[in-house]
Amino acid sequence: MNNSLQLAWLIPFFPLLGFLINGLGRKSLSKSLIGIIGSGSVLASFIVSVWVFLQVKGGNTFDAVYFDFISVANLNIPFAFKLDQLSSIFLLIITGVGFLIHVYSTSYMHEEKPEHFGRYFAYLNLFVFSMLLLVMGANFVIMFIGWEGVGLCSYLLIGFWFKNTEYNKAASKAFIMNRIGDLAFLIAIFWLLLKAGSVSYNEIFTTATLDKLNGTDKIAITLLLFIGATGKSAQIPLYTWLPDAMAGPTPVSALIHAATMVTAGIYMIARSNMLYSMAPLTLNIIAVIGLATALLAATIALKQNDIKKVLAYSTVSQLGYMFLALGTGSYVAAVFHVMTHAFFKALLFLGSGSVIHAMGGEQDIRKMGGLNKYMKTTHLTFLIGCLAIAGIPGLSGFFSKDEILAGAFAKSPILYGIGLFTALLTAFYMFRLYATTFRGSFRGTHEQEHHLHESPAAITIPLIILAILSVIGGYVGVPEFIMHGAHTLKDFLAPVFAESNKILEPHELSHSTEWLLTGISTVLIVITVAYAWSRFSKKADTAEAEGFGKVLQNKWYVDELYDKIIVQPLNGLAGFLNSVIETKVVDGIVNGVGRLVSYSGRQLRWLQSGQVGAYVLLMVISMLLFFVFQFFIRK
Amino acid sequence: MNITHILFWFLSVLAVFSALMVITSKNPVHSVLWLIVTFFAISGHYILLNAQFLAIVNIIVYAGAIMVLFLFVIMLMNLNKSTEPIKHRWLQWAGAIAGLCLMLVLVAALKDTEIKGQAALVNSGDIGLIKNLGRELFTTYVVPFEISSILFLSAMVGAAVIGKKE
Amino acid sequence: MPINYYIFLSIALFAIGIVGVLTRRNAIIIFMCIELMLNAVNLMLVAFSKMHHLAKAGTVATAGTDGQLFVFFIMVVAAAEVSVGLAIIVMMYRNIHSVDVNFLNRLKH
Repeated sequence: MNNSLQLAWLIPFFPLLGFLINGLGRKSLSKSLIGIIGSGSVLASFIVSVWVFLQVKGGNTFDAVYFDFISVANLNIPFAFKLDQLSSIFLLIITGVGFLIHVYSTSYMHEEKPEHFGRYFAYLNLFVFSMLLLVMGANFVIMFIGWEGVGLCSYLLIGFWFKNTEYNKAASKAFIMNRIGDLAFLIAIFWLLLKAGSVSYNEIFTTATLDKLNGTDKIAITLLLFIGATGKSAQIPLYTWLPDAMAGPTPVSALIHAATMVTAGIYMIARSNMLYSMAPLTLNIIAVIGLATALLAATIALKQNDIKKVLAYSTVSQLGYMFLALGTGSYVAAVFHVMTHAFFKALLFLGSGSVIHAMGGEQDIRKMGGLNKYMKTTHLTFLIGCLAIAGIPGLSGFFSKDEILAGAFAKSPILYGIGLFTALLTAFYMFRLYATTFRGSFRGTHEQEHHLHESPAAITIPLIILAILSVIGGYVGVPEFIMHGAHTLKDFLAPVFAESNKILEPHELSHSTEWLLTGISTVLIVITVAYAWSRFSKKADTAEAEGFGKVLQNKWYVDELYDKIIVQPLNGLAGFLNSVIETKVVDGIVNGVGRLVSYSGRQLRWLQSGQVGAYVLLMVISMLLFFVFQFFIRK
Repeated sequence: MNITHILFWFLSVLAVFSALMVITSKNPVHSVLWLIVTFFAISGHYILLNAQFLAIVNIIVYAGAIMVLFLFVIMLMNLNKSTEPIKHRWLQWAGAIAGLCLMLVLVAALKDTEIKGQAALVNSGDIGLIKNLGRELFTTYVVPFEISSILFLSAMVGAAVIGKKE
Repeated sequence: MPINYYIFLSIALFAIGIVGVLTRRNAIIIFMCIELMLNAVNLMLVAFSKMHHLAKAGTVATAGTDGQLFVFFIMVVAAAEVSVGLAIIVMMYRNIHSVDVNFLNRLKH
């Protein structure tokens, strides 16, 4: 118990404190103080996280148990944090990127009234707190608390501008879709409790416990957990909430819908890697769904004109990539991609926020163009982000994407082919976005052009830091075939995935094959980038989409399909319940009780004749019955 | 069959018979007179049980004061002949049957109680004497005794208020 | 005397009282029947008091006094009750010129 990591409770404590101060004092604190408290609390937990990371790196992994959370009969769920390689990496990402986004928000949200400003930072801190709980929890129940917490904060932040009905609908949509996944997650937890008798990672993920589960249990539990992950991490079929979630403020999109919350599903599966490795069927399903999501979202992103929508679909697509990595058993690659994606996607979202800020709230890229002349820093950092996500060699996205594709190739060349095609689509739509926004000539109104300006330092500094991270973030995972022993992330995470690797026995590709694959993808991506750049720089894609493009622009009509097959039947059912069950059955029962009482009252009224004699007679008869009962029957 | 037994049976038969006459007499004045006879029979039982104080009080309070009050009221209202119209005959039969059933049930229930072998002390024992009862009444039961005097006071006030013409 | 005799005698008197209450409709007679029932109970209490006295004769000198005092209090209450009750009957006669309880069906309202 004397391990210094016991102090890890400080990490979620600071944001919680920030949440309480900002939430309660939002009407009395000044904006600058709110900003300092909000950002400072996350900075403090970032510092503690770095310390924890260094401890873990030094070989000190620890389960910090604090108190009994639920203790009933044989069931004992402690409130405990698990600090190992996996969670420490996530802690760094969440608090690090989270801190930058907090700093960014102090400037971005400056137009808000003080109390809304305080509310915003309270939500943001609560979100960071929940996410930390999710990642640090040493069992599924603690994780579930954080899981629900981030769902709630997501709802609150998407609907932050609650005066707009559309935004509220988007918030509800996100919440309800998450609930569907949460239900599956909850069932999985109960199933685990029933069969394995525990929810603590340390107790479940041992060979002895997992041998107690039969094949059906493993597949069912992993599938249910995966459904939970599809809700939170926006995979088919529960992905439609994420693009709509762009209704929230842009830093929120960056924090929640790019860098952290959506990676919860990845974290959960990576955490349960041992269980998943024992259920190959589920792994295959995950790979297929991940790849399908990646492809579908990438195609939709091709034709979107809202700068944030493009980024949202690219997020869905990249998340699909991560699930592909999980499904092919390359857990390290998935975590690696979570990390690099957090850098460049946060960068891109914050960059787009800077653009939107400069454009006075305009989000349609058809009305932008040529912004490179006005916003030097934003332009440069955005370009770096695009290059990173496209997978240009030397930047972080290249290393992680390459590792995922290599893992897919080892599993099946078909997966690799589709994955590569998706990567090309990604490169294409990202540079369509980049070129339309920053190249060519300005297409907005004269007034907007006059208003264009570079954003203040609180916005540009986080952009610069994230840009640097997007460049160098990949060098913690340099592949084996380029430089021997340079994949430090893999070595670092090795203890977490050791058991899984024993079970799965991943195929090692020969170095020449890897060189070949990398070469092919690099050449194709560079060609795509160059093509998209030159095409959309000269002539922006402003024409109305037609034919197949229209289908893509309307997102394959998936929302409409969901509306037809789920929402409308449910509304119909609700209408039926309202008009028939409610009025006939429920009201019938309620009114029937009333009628029964008044009817029996009418029938019993003759007893109250007012005749004293009758009353006395009844009294005597009752006494008689009482005596008979007392003396003869009860004996 | 000594004198005590003879007296017991005589008084019992007298009490039951006069009680029956109370409820069967058509004339209320006769009922009152039969009830006085019943009270005297019961007072005789008290004397037989050596409870002289209660026997005397019973005669003075019941037979003397209360029954005179009854007679007074009946005479005042001039009810000395039967004025009851015969209505609800079934109710009367039901009442009689219910009362008899109650008696049967009580007899059946109490004939085998655990105290059936015990006897009441007759002709001797001095707890019924006024000296002993008085000592007990003014020591242990002094509070209920005082409260009963308040009850009397309120009954007196109540009777006066009710009887007053508004 | 065996206590059973007294029990049965009291029950008989009590039942006669009940039958009277149930069958007669003259309020004064009903009142008298109630007095009869009270007396049945009094007789019972005195008999029990003496039975108790006999059972505890050697040990407690005052055993059974309570029963007789109880009778005393019952008489007190009965006297109070009669004074009020008869006042009510007089009142009733003054208002409806009858003492028939069947005319007293105002309890319905």
